[in-house]
Amino acid sequence: MNRIEGRVKVTGLATYAAEYPAEGVAYACAVQSRIAKGRIKRVDGGPALESPGVLAVLSCEDPPRMSEDADPELALFQHREVAYRGQIVAAVVADTYENARAAAAAVRVDYDPDDHDVTLSADHPGLYKPDVVNPGFPTDTGKGDVEAGLAAAATTVEVTYETPVLHNNPMEPHAALAYWDAEGRLLVYDTAQGTSTSRDMIATALGLPPDRVRVVSRHVGGGFGSKGTTRPQAVLAALAARVVGRPVKIALTRQQMFDVTGYRTPTIQRLRLGADAQGRLTALEHVAYEQSSTLIEFAEQTTVPGRVMYATPALRTAHRLVRLDVATPSWMRAPGECPGMYALESAMDELAYAAGLDPVELRIVNDAETEPGTGLPFSSRDLVGCLREGARRFGWERRDPAPGIRREGEWLVGTGVAASTYPARRSPCQAVATVRDGDFLVQVAAADIGTGARTALTRIAADTLEVSPERVHVELGDSDLPRAPVAGGSMGTASWGSAVVRACEELKRDGKEGRADTTEEIKGDAELARHAFGAQFAEVRVSSVTGEIRVARLLGVFAAGRIVDPTLARSQFIGGMTMGLGMALMEETLTDAEFGGFLHRDLAQYHVPVCADVRDVEAVWLDERDGELNPMGSKGIGEIGIVGTAAAIGNAVFHATGHRVRELPITPAKVLMPRF
Amino acid sequence: MKPFEYARAASPAEAVRGFAPGTMYLGGGTNLVDLMKLGVAEPERLLDVSRLPLDAIEQTDGDRVRVGATVRNTDLAAHPVIRSRYPMLARAVLAGASGQVRNVATVGGNLLQRTRCTYFQDVSRPCNKRRPGSGCPAIEGDHAGLAVLGASDACVATHPSDMAVALAALGADVHVTGPGGDRIIPMPGLHRLPGDEPERDTVLEPGDLITAVELPPPPPGASHYRKVRERSSFAFALVSVAAVLDVRDGAVAGCRIALGGVAHVPWRAERAEQALIGGPATGEAFLQAAETELEQAGPLPRNAYKVPLARNLIVATLEELAP
Repeated sequence: MNRIEGRVKVTGLATYAAEYPAEGVAYACAVQSRIAKGRIKRVDGGPALESPGVLAVLSCEDPPRMSEDADPELALFQHREVAYRGQIVAAVVADTYENARAAAAAVRVDYDPDDHDVTLSADHPGLYKPDVVNPGFPTDTGKGDVEAGLAAAATTVEVTYETPVLHNNPMEPHAALAYWDAEGRLLVYDTAQGTSTSRDMIATALGLPPDRVRVVSRHVGGGFGSKGTTRPQAVLAALAARVVGRPVKIALTRQQMFDVTGYRTPTIQRLRLGADAQGRLTALEHVAYEQSSTLIEFAEQTTVPGRVMYATPALRTAHRLVRLDVATPSWMRAPGECPGMYALESAMDELAYAAGLDPVELRIVNDAETEPGTGLPFSSRDLVGCLREGARRFGWERRDPAPGIRREGEWLVGTGVAASTYPARRSPCQAVATVRDGDFLVQVAAADIGTGARTALTRIAADTLEVSPERVHVELGDSDLPRAPVAGGSMGTASWGSAVVRACEELKRDGKEGRADTTEEIKGDAELARHAFGAQFAEVRVSSVTGEIRVARLLGVFAAGRIVDPTLARSQFIGGMTMGLGMALMEETLTDAEFGGFLHRDLAQYHVPVCADVRDVEAVWLDERDGELNPMGSKGIGEIGIVGTAAAIGNAVFHATGHRVRELPITPAKVLMPRF
Repeated sequence: MKPFEYARAASPAEAVRGFAPGTMYLGGGTNLVDLMKLGVAEPERLLDVSRLPLDAIEQTDGDRVRVGATVRNTDLAAHPVIRSRYPMLARAVLAGASGQVRNVATVGGNLLQRTRCTYFQDVSRPCNKRRPGSGCPAIEGDHAGLAVLGASDACVATHPSDMAVALAALGADVHVTGPGGDRIIPMPGLHRLPGDEPERDTVLEPGDLITAVELPPPPPGASHYRKVRERSSFAFALVSVAAVLDVRDGAVAGCRIALGGVAHVPWRAERAEQALIGGPATGEAFLQAAETELEQAGPLPRNAYKVPLARNLIVATLEELAP
């Protein structure tokens, strides 16, 4: 079946947050800090207030009323302290967007600046061990004796990999339109990956009961995690609307998105691996050094893949965090697994070369019977199947492992492999299914952020009801609908779908209505390790003249339970792989050591792949039956596609050139310089 | 964006007469409008010259080709005369930007686009080009994409145009009209090195308007434009080269080399050209010529890769052109 909202999207009729018409609407534009640390002495809104069309200037000079429980990134204008360059320190509200933006430039902010520190290093004196890492994993884990395992190993690898600051760049900017009604109820059209959670965060920030706030996000133009938590635009629109007594609309600029909508922390990752003569791991140690802001502790779970991937008698994983004068990092597609598997799967490739083993076989030899970190049995695990099927499709058996020997003219050719993994979870969710005009209405506060959730849930409901999908109407994207978790952690479909199935089953029994809440059902889930797995294969061509890298082929093979909708699934997989290609070769936000904040804050400087970079990308999946997941038997697929891609490409670059680049992105400069 | 007036000129003469301090000419707007949104350019008045009757490509006396200043980049690259006689120019134009941008961008505007240095484009940070005397953070900071040739202590910006690199190799004439009358500026003389006045990208005076670019007859020999970038499309050059090589009886009879992405100007590699002319067309000679040119390079830590990259690119391109 086609994507349900496909027609309205391609004809421009789908309404996004900033596009809702509103009578008497005013526009807000944020003013951002120009220092990285210090204190605001004075905000002079005078010149801005005299600008055409200006209705109000918001700042800490007259802090709007908010709750003390507000998320620190949402507590706008409550304090004089500046935590990072680019933080919102004032805002102008005007009759037009243009007037608001022009006047924002006229707001004068005086500061008492302090010396800032924005640079992550593995020996930073401020490094510490956080209590947990996102979203609640243990910070450190250990079993066995890593030193003894390394000492007994026939081959060891000890390497450091680094990843830069990375930014989500959804096509739709973060935007909001806020209304207050006469009874003091707030309606926000927001760009949210979850309207229930966004409603709660906004209500908490403003000190309102949740039932006085409604959040609507019918269509969301991509999020990747950056819209998974409420961002300042929603709160700013609400505050501004309260001040001026009119609806207020705001859309962040692309540059502002880089500053205030989260990013992937840079990482420095140290790995030590030991293997016996057969390639079996004797020890695996993975330590990640990462940053967060002074406002909020966000510790990315970068080394969790080691707790899942390979059998080893000795395992240590750890995270160390330093709080810098930077914005708060947050979720970006596969937080943890994405950067962690880049380093782990690159190190595994190094181990294969060091041990003289084929990298596919090395991974198969080390396949785990039970989850290495916990000892729990897997609900299903077919990493080996993915590796074997991928090797067959890719033509891996013809590969000569020797690096740097294949040449077509000036182009060096190489291939690489890496594994993928991502947890298969679900969260409690509610749903209601009713009969309406002889058809079926299914309501759930799910979010369709471009994934096709509306379509997938329609199919799930139709399958359960045993009716044609044309007779099912799914309503989502509204916090007034039955409560649902965010589109995140690759558990949207699993969570919402579980509730939809149960509601539809109930409707079939009842004949009129079915209501479901999966809280109790999920409490009864068996204690098992649930993960999707995959294998990615890349062929690259590297110019010996220019260092340019082109990815000739990418193949991903995934074992992710039952695939609910093949068309949507392929789109998710290859979308993730394409984003992984960008991570491997071009994506990088620079941190400005001198002035603080980020550099390259637009799409002309922060490069994402263009169509011409994506030449031959293929995703396939194995038929995997797993009865321990959810009623659909599905594992989430929104994130696994990005996991391992960068390692596969990096490993292929090594195979092509004989040179190992251990800092992403792998640019022409990094390929070229060691050759001279 | 600061509010501004907008007017449209009917003729080049009217445009020049209508020019006053605070006025900026508007071509396709693909760079200027961005800079206005960023607050980098704050004209009080835009004088739209994009619809002036300067949109023809015509053969002129002496086998030359005159390209009007408002010809769109797409039309220039697609024109049969350009494709057949100046394929290097067509390639250079097509290597720039995206189809959508090329549909709008004009020839005159392409020549006058500003550097994409991250500090220049960010009004919250210092930049000697944008605010003379405020400093150049790029020298200690982000300069991976910036100049290795002809830079100064005040500025290490690069000129971003691909088309201008090909025009520099061809030695095109830029026709200008202005308050001081009409004049012709041979490329690569339009652009200037930053020195201690990095705010001046070109030798143009206030009110000067580019009306045309006149191409001399194509130089004999084979030509090529090659651009290096980290992604396949829609990215500025790390380094690019426009080259023409004419080899007769094994010896270099004629040679033109211009480099993009390495300097404040499209960099004509005259030293390399002189080193090659009259000598053998061998890989060794090409390498020596490239190294002779790049002896002048003054790279910074994070753009040092551009020196071997430019050297490789010159050698590989000339080898491809040699019979």
